[in-house]
Amino acid sequence: MGQIYKPGTKLSSTVCKTQIMALRVPAQELIISCGGAPMQIGDPPELGEMQGENSGTLVGKRYTDADETMEFLCTRGGEGTVSVEGYVIDIKAAKKLPSSD
Amino acid sequence: MNIHLLLQMASETMGNREALVCGETRLTFQELSEMAKTVAAKVGEGEKLAYLAEAEPVFPAALFGAALAGTQFVPLNYRLSEAQLKAQMKRITPAKLIGEKSISIQGIQPISASEILVGIPSERDASDEDGGVAVELFTSGTTGEPKSAILRHSNLMAYIFGTVEFMSAEEDEATLLTVPPYHIAGIAGVLSSTYAGRRMVQLPNFTAEAWIKLAKDEAVTNAFLVPTMLQRIVDTAEDSLDLPALRNIAYGGGKMPRSTIETAMRLLPHVNFTNAYGLTETSATICMLGPEDHRAAYESHDPAIQRRLGSAGRAIPSIELKVRSDEGELCGPEETGLVWVRGDQVSGEYKGMGSQLDSEGWFLTKDRGFLDAEGYLFIDGRADDVIVRGGENISPGEIEDVLRQHDGVKDVAAIAVTDTEWGEAVGLAIVCTSEVSDEDICGLVRSKLRSSRVPSVIKRMDELPYNETGKILRRVIRDSFAD
Repeated sequence: MGQIYKPGTKLSSTVCKTQIMALRVPAQELIISCGGAPMQIGDPPELGEMQGENSGTLVGKRYTDADETMEFLCTRGGEGTVSVEGYVIDIKAAKKLPSSD
Repeated sequence: MNIHLLLQMASETMGNREALVCGETRLTFQELSEMAKTVAAKVGEGEKLAYLAEAEPVFPAALFGAALAGTQFVPLNYRLSEAQLKAQMKRITPAKLIGEKSISIQGIQPISASEILVGIPSERDASDEDGGVAVELFTSGTTGEPKSAILRHSNLMAYIFGTVEFMSAEEDEATLLTVPPYHIAGIAGVLSSTYAGRRMVQLPNFTAEAWIKLAKDEAVTNAFLVPTMLQRIVDTAEDSLDLPALRNIAYGGGKMPRSTIETAMRLLPHVNFTNAYGLTETSATICMLGPEDHRAAYESHDPAIQRRLGSAGRAIPSIELKVRSDEGELCGPEETGLVWVRGDQVSGEYKGMGSQLDSEGWFLTKDRGFLDAEGYLFIDGRADDVIVRGGENISPGEIEDVLRQHDGVKDVAAIAVTDTEWGEAVGLAIVCTSEVSDEDICGLVRSKLRSSRVPSVIKRMDELPYNETGKILRRVIRDSFAD
């Protein structure tokens, strides 16, 4: 069962240390997974087994889908790969701005 | 969302990096995080956390600590008079007040920096309550009582996510922070540096000599300055500035005189200059004139490119910007009108007044200006009549009120005049019924207000110009000063 998420929602992996925060999400039910298992709001009680191929998440990177309809910030890195509705989300290239303050 | 996340990520990922240097104090991100938790534990339920001091190590700890405690951080201007401060304090009760000044009223509980930093750190998680307020900042109060601008966690986080990459600073980078905590650039500097992982070097009492010495001693790579500070630094430097580690200077908070930025670029040819234009209500920067723009304008012989050295730059990617006429029509290139902006970092909200955004989310900055054909913004001045002297906003009304109390003064108007050192200074148009000397006028302003309010030009007039509905025509007065 999917869930509707809103910007600012923090999700934790149930198989690794990964935590992400939704920055932009479409207003529709979504299944968000990490390491093959659905992520959950709040800290998981214990970690389960990771499934499938995983390349991990990097803290501070932004992740988006191919059409950039959604965006997540990785607030804690881990070994699992995050997917939304079964599709892996990737690191979004950052636009480098000069330091302004 | 909660701005405390920025410090949490920094301390979890680069906890051993140096976060802060102030005098003899040196703190890592891990230590700063513990300090913020200790501050959070001291804030009572329902209390705000006010701050009445210069930028010291407790400032970033209090900013993040208030966020962790789920309350607002309210920095106050230590340069205000006791009466002004008490009036502002009344509007923020109940609150804990960090500071050394012994001003207190009912509902405000003073606590010193050393007291609030001792105790057991809070173990709570930061609240992610929707629409939570992170910071309340008092504006200068142009028409009367200062307004209290509301900055929500979501506004400040949108600014950081839109302009800073996490841990993008190299380990050797350090930024010299000289802007006071009650200025939006002082707040933004702490948030950006923390998220970038850049060491913050605090300089509480700015002098050009101290700035240059500290920049050298700490091998500072980045700095933010208001134009007056940069002017003082280039004046002090005379013909050379030996700061090999320095890479980036950002400036903002007022109009930069062309001669100042040109001299600075000549003295520091290896430094990247960025003009950052923004307002309190927009969570800091909304436009940037970057290093490449500076160099192109400096070297160009094309007047259209050259003049960009006086531009506020282009809107950052996460901000939309439009210039509209007073009637709301979209202005074309080179057409002066009012500057409107839209984006998640724009709060446009004041306490007790609600949101000032229009139905489509646009905010009127009250600055007048125009865009060139390539989208570079040129600011013409404030639509209201604030005098911006060295980054400090001066309300004409407070000067006029003081002078109107003088028996020999019939009418008076304070307006902005161009000033090489301060960007703008106070010009005074005055109508007197008896002999009142310039010395008397200046002395009165100095004694009742502050030296920054003292007029630099005084013009005697037979009467002041008014329109048919009795509104004073400041623009006409300004023009007469320019002649």
